[in-house]
Amino acid sequence: MMTIDEGYVHELAEKGSRLDGRRLDEFRNAEIETNLIKSAEGSAQVRLGNTVVIAGVKMSVGEPFEDKPDEGVLMVGAELTPLADPDFEPGPPDIRSIEVARVVDRTVRESKMINVKALKIDDEHVWVVNVDLHVMNFDGNLIDAGSLAAVAALATAKMPKYENGKVNYDERSGSLPITAMPVSVTTVKINGKLLVDPSKREENAADARLTVSVKNDGNICSLQKGGTEGFTTEELHEMLRLAGEKQKSLRDSLK
Amino acid sequence: MRADGRASEELRELVVKAGVFKNAEGSAYVKMGNTVAVAGVYGPRELFPKFLQKADRVHLKCRYNMAPFSTKDRKRPGQDRRSQEISKVVADALEPVIFTKEFPKTGIDIYIEILQGDAGTRCAGINAASVALADAGIPMRGLVAAVAAGKVDGDYVLDLTYNEEEKTKADVPVAYAPSMKKITLLQMDGDLSQEDVKNVVDVAIKGCEKVHEAQVGALKNKYKEAML
Repeated sequence: MMTIDEGYVHELAEKGSRLDGRRLDEFRNAEIETNLIKSAEGSAQVRLGNTVVIAGVKMSVGEPFEDKPDEGVLMVGAELTPLADPDFEPGPPDIRSIEVARVVDRTVRESKMINVKALKIDDEHVWVVNVDLHVMNFDGNLIDAGSLAAVAALATAKMPKYENGKVNYDERSGSLPITAMPVSVTTVKINGKLLVDPSKREENAADARLTVSVKNDGNICSLQKGGTEGFTTEELHEMLRLAGEKQKSLRDSLK
Repeated sequence: MRADGRASEELRELVVKAGVFKNAEGSAYVKMGNTVAVAGVYGPRELFPKFLQKADRVHLKCRYNMAPFSTKDRKRPGQDRRSQEISKVVADALEPVIFTKEFPKTGIDIYIEILQGDAGTRCAGINAASVALADAGIPMRGLVAAVAAGKVDGDYVLDLTYNEEEKTKADVPVAYAPSMKKITLLQMDGDLSQEDVKNVVDVAIKGCEKVHEAQVGALKNKYKEAML
């Protein structure tokens, strides 16, 4: 049994059209605004259609992980605030926000966007970089919107001063050691058709989903499949091709 | 040649056993080299809390859990973000082969315990869970087999160990349903070109087909013994 809405989305996909009139391979317009939060070292708000995500970067000084003594720490969290959707509820992170956080985390980490070795201060101290994603309005595709926000916030973050064992947040200067800019492209399969950048109603109707994160050089740094159906190798190849093509305009919106 | 003497597209020693526990309606044991996973299945059974019930299909619930003694440094017991994410992608990997609409409003619980971890734990877990589901007699379109592949020193390699995972250009776990020719789980960490991704996935799918043979063999074995 399919809800009426899912059935309608399926019918439209069959005909090659979508609820909001987009082409199947058309991304919504991405608008990015940076440095909107003064208390954060870096911040960005991404509007992807009606999806609104704010990313904030906070930095502190802490100890390195035991198995990585020469590297700073990078962590991504995500909160689906209850104001963002009538179905979101307050409480500890649920599996949806965990997945968004972990996929964005891998996108940033695996692209080597931040040179974590350069975040080492001395043998006991490293910079700890926390990126927190706050979803303010939900209309699908949180992973791509979240990646854009995280990358934009990290790219524009200014490092606070560390002096005499204390972090001085009043004096910030210099950027993080940035070496790459990853972007992610999510495609869903609906009724055998592939649609990029799904809206909320399209996500609800989707059979399977794939997020492909792409670096500046076109190489892929992370993949994540979701959804309760599988896809063929031909569909995988088409989704990889779409990601390669769509990443360009997303990359432009980051400039 | 690899550190453990395997060829690049060779699986680790693979052991699959079906029906290894009494209480669970279906269960399985899978050993892939030094990675050991067991899985148990309960259901379809009444599902609580009620709001989780789905009017038209079964609710598939999966819990992937690493034993505290399964890693070099003791793993803190309980579900962390990683295990919650894996639980979700594993459930998604198994659902395509299950006739979910046969059992509306009920739930199937899949419990995966990683007893020993040497990379590829989610794949070993899927392999065990898939056999456990079949062992529980749940109607399925086929089994799901899983194995990771990667690229080490320019070679595509199958079924990475922890040491190889450290060296690989990318770690790509793949689950595949041979009867449907569908990829049901795909993840990746690392750095690969589009062509490399396609090739690595192909290597993994070939590996999945070998794992699938072992899964079928394990199920046949169990029922052969039962008939004697």
